[in-house]
Amino acid sequence: MADTTSVESRQALHGPSSITAGRVVVWIILFLVIAVTLFPVWWVIRTALSSSNLIFVNPTKLLPTGATFQNFERVLGLMSANQAIAAGGSGETFNFLIALRNSVVVTGFIVLGQVFFSALAAYAFARIRFWGRETLFFIYVTGLMVPGVVTLIPNFVLIHSLGWLNTFPGLIAPFFLMTPFAVFFLRQFMIGLPAELEEAAILDGAGRFTIFARVILPLSQTALLTLAIVVFFQAWNNFLWPFLVGRSEDVRVLTAALAIFQTQTPQGQPDWTGLMAGTALSMVPSILFLVFAGRRVVESLQFSGLK
Amino acid sequence: MKLQGNRETATAWLFILASLVGFVVFYAIPAIRNIAISFTQWNMLSPAKPVAFKNYAELFGDPIFWHAFKITVFYVLYNIPLQTVIALLLAVIMDRFASSMAVRGILILPYLLPPVVVGLIWLWMLNPLLGIVNGVLKNVGIPAQPFLGSVAQALPTIAGMNIWEYMGFNGILFYAGLQTIPTSLYEAAQLDGAGEWRMFWRVTLPLLRPVTAFVVITSVIGSFQVFDTIAVTTTGGPVNATRVLVWYIFEEAFRQFKMGYGAAMATVLFVVLGIIALIQFRLFRTGASDLA
Repeated sequence: MADTTSVESRQALHGPSSITAGRVVVWIILFLVIAVTLFPVWWVIRTALSSSNLIFVNPTKLLPTGATFQNFERVLGLMSANQAIAAGGSGETFNFLIALRNSVVVTGFIVLGQVFFSALAAYAFARIRFWGRETLFFIYVTGLMVPGVVTLIPNFVLIHSLGWLNTFPGLIAPFFLMTPFAVFFLRQFMIGLPAELEEAAILDGAGRFTIFARVILPLSQTALLTLAIVVFFQAWNNFLWPFLVGRSEDVRVLTAALAIFQTQTPQGQPDWTGLMAGTALSMVPSILFLVFAGRRVVESLQFSGLK
Repeated sequence: MKLQGNRETATAWLFILASLVGFVVFYAIPAIRNIAISFTQWNMLSPAKPVAFKNYAELFGDPIFWHAFKITVFYVLYNIPLQTVIALLLAVIMDRFASSMAVRGILILPYLLPPVVVGLIWLWMLNPLLGIVNGVLKNVGIPAQPFLGSVAQALPTIAGMNIWEYMGFNGILFYAGLQTIPTSLYEAAQLDGAGEWRMFWRVTLPLLRPVTAFVVITSVIGSFQVFDTIAVTTTGGPVNATRVLVWYIFEEAFRQFKMGYGAAMATVLFVVLGIIALIQFRLFRTGASDLA
């Protein structure tokens, strides 16, 4: 990191700030990109707040047409089925609260399990010299190259034969104990930790597990948090696996629930306002993360690419 | 000392145990088992019937497979160059003019949304009748476009959604890469009389190579496996216009329950991705750094 220069000095390098034609073009590009990024998000909210009977009227109006919270009430189950149909629902339910609970359970277990067990392994690979270390680590790294689609069918077959289809263990298990990326990422970090503290602990007679818990974990906080954020979004956004193994409503996560809600609507037209209300609600965690921990999230993702 | 070494080894394997179980059960065995399944005919109800290379033979004579293969490659080609150029442009702009955390936070937002949500958002915005995009086009005198509803436009439209989702994230990765280039190199180039354009080609781009390699290789591998956005928008249609490889594998394995056929296609895709990754590693000369 010694070579890294501050942004200020890099920007100063390119001369004093003056308004030139080039600069104006750059600002316009940036403005456009930000607009293109944010507008769809607004459009979801705008549609979710529109009355479902009025979306045919004025489809380009920037504000909600016939503003109402009915769509949210519908997908949150705050309305009876008949009321919901009267309000433009298809009768198909989107049980947001259950899907949210399921997403929280599945993602929570995956983040805690994967980060913890990967940290254990990473510590051994980074800090203990033992028989078989290089070979095993090399095998783990080759695992990085295996695309998800290759293990999809066998993993489905395995979960099926365990009788874990439509259960939380089935949704969680393949991601619970490790991913090659998680082990690799933490190992790279732990290799760089100073040896002195660990050596002092060894002289004090501490065992490996004590060292891991008392010395290594606290020193690795940043890396663990970074990995936790990356794993959180992978798990939260995952679709194909829960779509295959967790279709029943009591374990159905948000992504699968949205997709099933979309495809099961009768008639030609889906229930757009209801769908957008569900979509808006499922964007909330990502947006909250950005608002309250934006710096952390951005730095974590930035870091995850620079191994 | 010998005994100490053995004890350390035992402890180390204890640390690794949980992850090893996860690796063996959900990565190593499945990767091999996928090949085993690909040599059988199996619907998961009756026992698997060994058929040797029959699935592969059938695959090579299957026009839908070749079509899926072709449009997957097209999808990658629509996607990667544009996405990478936009991301690079954004990174340079952020580096020079707008390095604020707020800008980076906004640009990364689409990446944080589930691809399923991204698909639904654009499905609605691009709706032929009620969508805002056609509404705006009509207002400026351009006829309404079918987008996802037409054979010609569906695949590029899906690629466009993917670009929307990833341009900011890849931009952030490039931005992080730019921060590692020492200012002294630019100063030296300036002293030599190099202009902005020349500095970009001679300093920035070569030194970004490791990041570019990472971005391009991971995006290519990801794009070859596109599934989520298709599942909630076109489900492979119209006709076969978006029936990409992973969608076809999904249909064959999980709708027709032809596990062997699906596994054979997954194996072929694995080999293809392996070859492409190797070529890319060569092209980007990963492992060597110009900064060293």
